[in-house]
Amino acid sequence: MIYFEEVSKMYPDESLALDGVTFSVEPNEFISVVGHSGAGKTTLLKMIVAEEHPTSGSVLVSSEEVHKLRGEAINRLRRRVGVVFQDFRLLPHKTVYENVAFAMEVAGRTEKEICSDVPHALDLVGITRKTWSFPCELSGGEQQRVAIARAIVNQPEIVIADEPTGNLDPENTYEIVQILKRINSLDTTVIIATHNTGIVEALKNRVVVLDSGKVVRDTSNPSLLV
Amino acid sequence: MLFTKLKRVIRSGFLNFWRNAFLSTTSILVMVITLSFIGSIIFLSAILAASLDGVSRQVDLSVTFIPEAPSSEVLALKEDLEARPDVSSVKYTSREEALEGFRDRHASDRIILQTIDELGRNPLGANLTIQAYDPESYQDIAAFLEPEHALGADENIIYRINFRDNELAIERLTSLIGAVERFGLALTVALAFVSVLITFNTVRLIIYTARDEIAVMRLVGASTRYIRGPFVISGILYGLIAALITLALFYPMTFWLGEVTEHFFIGINVFTYYLENFVQIFLITVLSGIFIGGISSYMAVKRYLKI
Ligand SMILES: Nc1ncnc2c1ncn2[C@@H]1O[C@H](COP(=O)(O)OP(=O)(O)OP(=O)(O)O)[C@@H](O)[C@H]1O
Ligand SMILES: [Mg+2]
Repeated sequence: MIYFEEVSKMYPDESLALDGVTFSVEPNEFISVVGHSGAGKTTLLKMIVAEEHPTSGSVLVSSEEVHKLRGEAINRLRRRVGVVFQDFRLLPHKTVYENVAFAMEVAGRTEKEICSDVPHALDLVGITRKTWSFPCELSGGEQQRVAIARAIVNQPEIVIADEPTGNLDPENTYEIVQILKRINSLDTTVIIATHNTGIVEALKNRVVVLDSGKVVRDTSNPSLLV
Repeated sequence: MLFTKLKRVIRSGFLNFWRNAFLSTTSILVMVITLSFIGSIIFLSAILAASLDGVSRQVDLSVTFIPEAPSSEVLALKEDLEARPDVSSVKYTSREEALEGFRDRHASDRIILQTIDELGRNPLGANLTIQAYDPESYQDIAAFLEPEHALGADENIIYRINFRDNELAIERLTSLIGAVERFGLALTVALAFVSVLITFNTVRLIIYTARDEIAVMRLVGASTRYIRGPFVISGILYGLIAALITLALFYPMTFWLGEVTEHFFIGINVFTYYLENFVQIFLITVLSGIFIGGISSYMAVKRYLKI
């Protein structure tokens, strides 16, 4: 489903964020990318939706070479991938409902679909109570949930979540992980990036370990990590 | 599908507008200034055109004949003058009418009237008042009236040509108006250009504050047009509202200036002009507003769409 081939990324300030990364993700897999802060996790995820371009190497998503796509083809790819950004990136002038609905509008869904799917997605992440609030009126954990709702509302083939539990308490972390698992069980490929080894162990799924832009481990047995 | 999208773009444009009320107000105010400049150009050029027209109408060539000149010859000369392509009109004042006018003008001056009565005859000659289409052709017309050109006249029947006295003043006024017209137009065009730039930058500032939002839209896969649409719609709304405010402001402004312009410039009342040409001025202002607002937004979004 997703292939990274010898992907390297050098930012303009000469910092090497990714260094010859090669790995692949199968359909319906749940994979965690872990590593220290600055290891290149966010950079890696950005490659999948063409937010960043590799300096060398190539990224394929369902056998399309991401960085050769132009114009509308990029938009179509982005609608098939739901992204939960590390900094949420909710639209500040839109309510929770509108933020989630926006992703559906962009995909050209009808009002009827929007009316039935948005509440469903909000319910799935447990934020129905805040439907009509603006992002600035929400706590970090609540914004996190809205970001997840927006990422999943179009039933994408792939969901990417960057630090989905970044600054949450253990209880919320657990809930969010359950939500992601549920999404994965509905035939969605899920990729998360995190430095919380605790979740990784709890998930018991495949883990790719990044260090200074290199893949240093790729294992399906996270308990061996420590 | 297309219709739903269009509806969403328009609704979102209105929402943007409403939720950024402060910035919207700012850009509307700036656009009001821009549109007022554009409106001023319209009024200024109307005033200048009217003044030039008025000046050339006020300037005329007054030919006074000697009292002995036979009216047939005067009328023949009138016809010759009317045949000239540069002459717009020739007004004939007979000796009797001239005397009548003279009496009217001095109705309160008993001594003058008495002198005239005692004289027992009409001391005034007939008169032709010539108007040219273009003030510049008075010189030619005057030359035409010189005795050697005046057809069939052995002796000079012309007593005086009144134009020569203020020829210099007219020449100066004509060139002055020409200069004012050119300078005024250049100035207003320059000012309008500057205010369009200011509008553009204000709108760009608004869109700058929305750049993160644009990035998010981009990353959830919104197409260029879908992102740009609402901004262009709000831009058009700014323009439309600014145009209506400007038109409303013109009403008291021209009303107030109307008297002044009527007396200072030759006979144009900007208020009447505004009312009479309302449809035209309305269309120009509204279309300029929509155009400037729309184009500014369109261009300003462009640079944040690159992700
Ligand atoms: N836009 C950028 N310009 C220059 N350097 C960047 C940019 N984005 C990231 N980097 C650098 O690339 C490296 C990898 O950054 P990245 O954001 O991928 O790390 P990360 O693993 O997501 O870290 P964290 O866990 O803190 O989110 C870092 O050294 C960072 O400083
Ligand atoms: Mg990161």
